[in-house]
Amino acid sequence: MIGLEHYLTVATILFVIGVFGIFLNRKNIIVILMSIELMLLAVNINLVAFSVHLDDLTGQVFTLFVLTVAAAEAAIGLAILVCFYRNRHSIAVDDVSLMKG
Amino acid sequence: MLIQTVAFYFFATLVVLAGFSVVRAKNPVHGVLWLILAFLSSAGLFVLQGAEFVAMLMIIVYVGAVAVLFLFVVMMLDVDFATLRAGMARYIPIGLLIAGVLLMLLVIEIGDWKISDQAAGLRQSPTPSIETTHNTLALGQIIYTDYVLLFQIAGLILLVAMVGAIILTHQRRSGVKRQDVLSQMYRDPSKSVTLKNIKVSSGDQL
Repeated sequence: MIGLEHYLTVATILFVIGVFGIFLNRKNIIVILMSIELMLLAVNINLVAFSVHLDDLTGQVFTLFVLTVAAAEAAIGLAILVCFYRNRHSIAVDDVSLMKG
Repeated sequence: MLIQTVAFYFFATLVVLAGFSVVRAKNPVHGVLWLILAFLSSAGLFVLQGAEFVAMLMIIVYVGAVAVLFLFVVMMLDVDFATLRAGMARYIPIGLLIAGVLLMLLVIEIGDWKISDQAAGLRQSPTPSIETTHNTLALGQIIYTDYVLLFQIAGLILLVAMVGAIILTHQRRSGVKRQDVLSQMYRDPSKSVTLKNIKVSSGDQL
């Protein structure tokens, strides 16, 4: 029988993979953004699992809002990335600290 | 019941595998394709739990919009990804350390907790019976009533994100002729039209 714990375990593993990806690819901002999407996906799996387990639809409503914010974040992040690439002709994260002085 | 178990393990393995492949993909295009697989199999997990609306939204929004956006950007930018991957091995130990600590914390947390006795009474919007109301209808009945303000704010966030993305990436090219409405409107007839009194059959130099 598949219970709440099974889904929580999947979400945990996925979230940790996302965190690991951020550290592993810390020069490549596209993969960092994809890792953030993976982490938000893990959060969504958690929300839906609890929503179904407790018979409360609020969790699924919150999934919709997480989805909205994730989409907005990806759009803005990639727009900033394109903007940065036009100026510097690279997307290396190390170059972003240029204005630090 | 057996089919459910098999499907769960199938989709769960697929999600974890695809997630790991996203992180370690050499080519970001492959990474995006693995990300799409992760989204699709998590949609499978949602269908398995009876949350069909969220599952379909997952496919439409994530696979149809976000992943395609990633794909466009990855293919549009001419970046040498090999140099970005240089020195990746240096970050593996610290990444493994932090991921391991986080995993242990979360495993401890999952292993030792229980749902409160009052949880059933504290529900905001209990799921109606599946015989009378299916998932999409039930969600619609609360999104447009109890959560209408949050729904509007979500729309506003999307609008702001859209305007922001357009402003950030829009570039004004020089050397392109465009219609300038104001200069057309303020054009003065006395400066642009000259009336000349020409004698009949004489002609005039323009």
